Amino acid sequence: MKLTICGGRLIDPAQNIDELIDIHLADGRVLALGQAPAGFNPERTIHAEGLVVTPGFIDIGAHLREPGPSYKGNLRSETKAALSGGYTTICCRPDTSPCIDSSAVAQQILDKAEVLSQAKVMPLGAMTQGLKGTHLSNMAGLQHTGCVAVTNMRQPVESTLVLRRCLEYASTFDLRVVFYPEDHWLKADGCANEGALASRLGLGGIPASAEAIGLARVLHLIETTGVKAHFGMLSTARAVEMIADAQTRGLPVTADVDMAHLIYTEAEINGYNSMFYVEPPLRTEADRDALRQGVKEGVLSVITSAHLPHEEAAKMAPFAASEPGMATLETTLSQGLTLVEDGLFTLPQLVERLTSGPAQALGLTAGSLATGQPADLCLFDPQAQWQVSHDTLFTAGENSPLMDQTVSGQVKYAIVDGKVAFERQ
Amino acid sequence: MTSMTDVHPIDPRNVQLTEDGKLRHFLSIGGLSKEILEEILDTADSFVNIGEKSVKKVPLLRGKTVVNLFFENSTRTRSTFELAAQRLSADVLNLDISKSATAKGETLMDTLQNLEAMGSDMFVIRHADSGAQHFIASQVTPDVAIINAGDGRHAHPTQAMLDMYTIRKHKGDFSKLKVAIVGDILHSRVARSQVQALNILGAEEVRLIGPKTLLPDNLAELGAKLYTRMEDGLKDVDVVIMLRLQKERMDGALLPSEGEFYRLYGLTSEKLNYARPDAIVMHPGPINRGVEIESVVADGPQSLILNQVSYGIAIRMAVMSMTVSGQMQQKNQQDQNNEEASA
Repeated sequence: MKLTICGGRLIDPAQNIDELIDIHLADGRVLALGQAPAGFNPERTIHAEGLVVTPGFIDIGAHLREPGPSYKGNLRSETKAALSGGYTTICCRPDTSPCIDSSAVAQQILDKAEVLSQAKVMPLGAMTQGLKGTHLSNMAGLQHTGCVAVTNMRQPVESTLVLRRCLEYASTFDLRVVFYPEDHWLKADGCANEGALASRLGLGGIPASAEAIGLARVLHLIETTGVKAHFGMLSTARAVEMIADAQTRGLPVTADVDMAHLIYTEAEINGYNSMFYVEPPLRTEADRDALRQGVKEGVLSVITSAHLPHEEAAKMAPFAASEPGMATLETTLSQGLTLVEDGLFTLPQLVERLTSGPAQALGLTAGSLATGQPADLCLFDPQAQWQVSHDTLFTAGENSPLMDQTVSGQVKYAIVDGKVAFERQ
Repeated sequence: MTSMTDVHPIDPRNVQLTEDGKLRHFLSIGGLSKEILEEILDTADSFVNIGEKSVKKVPLLRGKTVVNLFFENSTRTRSTFELAAQRLSADVLNLDISKSATAKGETLMDTLQNLEAMGSDMFVIRHADSGAQHFIASQVTPDVAIINAGDGRHAHPTQAMLDMYTIRKHKGDFSKLKVAIVGDILHSRVARSQVQALNILGAEEVRLIGPKTLLPDNLAELGAKLYTRMEDGLKDVDVVIMLRLQKERMDGALLPSEGEFYRLYGLTSEKLNYARPDAIVMHPGPINRGVEIESVVADGPQSLILNQVSYGIAIRMAVMSMTVSGQMQQKNQQDQNNEEASA
């Protein structure tokens, strides 16, 4: 398949490109930018005037729900939703059911994703067996099957010795480890940011120190083991400071924040709106501002969707009894564009956090449109207005905080390995 | 089962009030005006002597169905709500949900929507989750009056109002009163509602006393001064409210022992001497003698613990009659709006 995309504004932060320039794809790879090579005869030309052309987005923190409760989502629905949101690569989380702690489960996901041929799926494996935090998983086997990193999600590794062994073992294979730092005991039965608001609402609070302590424990072990680590879904100003400090000291650490924590604060849960029940909890304005600053400065080099689809009933319960998470794959771009609009960072910076940032964090061959790279692209209209609804979303999740609202910015095409995998009618 | 699409959207306004600002649900003290709280107290005043009459009934809720839904066990609170509904001539249905529907896997929404379909006019609800009644009133059955009989750690507004009634009746003007609330503030929905009510009614000073494990700093933002020593906190107060200490607090490393708690925070006649000589002593019950209060204090001349119980029935009659009337007004208003829209 030979394809030319002409007339679009091409933004490729990995090559520091932001200009109106054509791009030519052949055999699943980027063939050339600018002038077509002599004799190049595309089978299709996409006229991208008014569109922004970028590397396909990469999400390193989405739940695709398979294997597991398929009524909340499945590989078919969620990898389609990914394309609709501009994502061509999804690193799915291992807390499926059963969890991704064996090559068999990882292989099953990879096989199915290949058959579906929508967004590419690169699983994160479980760091310990059953995510129970006591026995190492077969990390080398998981890596061999295609897992791009391992993580224990928010499940605690109680013994610091076991945690150290996990890092040592992973570093043996140069396998990256992803952490969602949180002290399990300080979190206790909390479901909201600890503070006056949670106290007044009578909701269990999770102190900011739960994140700082979880983070500090791991940082000390990274220092001694040298493992490459990524910290996901940070929620506090203190955590941003700690990551910046670790990076200054030369530790091999990267970090991300999910879009919800860049947009919302704890004020959203006033009135017990369960749509805003997320893990970690939405925090204060000062935290949100520090996270935004962290993204701007590059301390946080990745923005994730933290996509976690649910059926409607999961949210129809008293706040703490509802299930945490938001369905976000298809609205992360629009929300990011509002931050660009507000002048928090530039459009190329936003694209970088969605493409080369995540690719570098997990060492993926993706996220750039340099010649010879996989031809994974996203074409979006930054001005297009659309209404978020059950009819416009492809995700099975019914828990979008933007439901029934009109947003700006819409993906028109997603191209995977040089083929048009998604085209909005 | 009712379809999920029938669910009501979250109401950004104060869900407790009608469009005209009348009470239609009673969910929390927060968000209510001084006028409404005073209206509740005045209405309760008109009901308080009914219990002494030979016919203990008024016909205000005749033909209405009140359902008591206690998702957490409670004998005393449920009994006073039952008596209050009966004295208003309502038909009362008691459901002990902790043993029935939810045990069969029915969701909270299904249970409530079924009871609404049976023609209920009011749900009196106690639930272990903070905000459960708010969820029900805003998204499940907004046209049924919801009375919060306690939700998680959030609110217990009828208890707070009966305490305000007790204070007003025995001490008068709130603006001259210093009130201390003592004990497990952290887990207490009663304390949160009391602090809000005392602030709205204009109390001179509200104090919270307890060890730091049971006294979150941030509660000061609700409008209270925090104390860790009884000697300082009780100095010159007019009202002492003791809270019940749950035995399970020892397990969560919140307290070392009941003995040490009693020694430091138990209300003995000796510690009561720090307060003003005419201070009154209150407790939402049931009391743990020898854990948070000494028997001679609980049964002593300054104690109003039993008065609180009888005032509790009058307060519950007041909010029940006010919310049912608010719901009827809201319905009339909506019917009128619909007529105007179709005309």
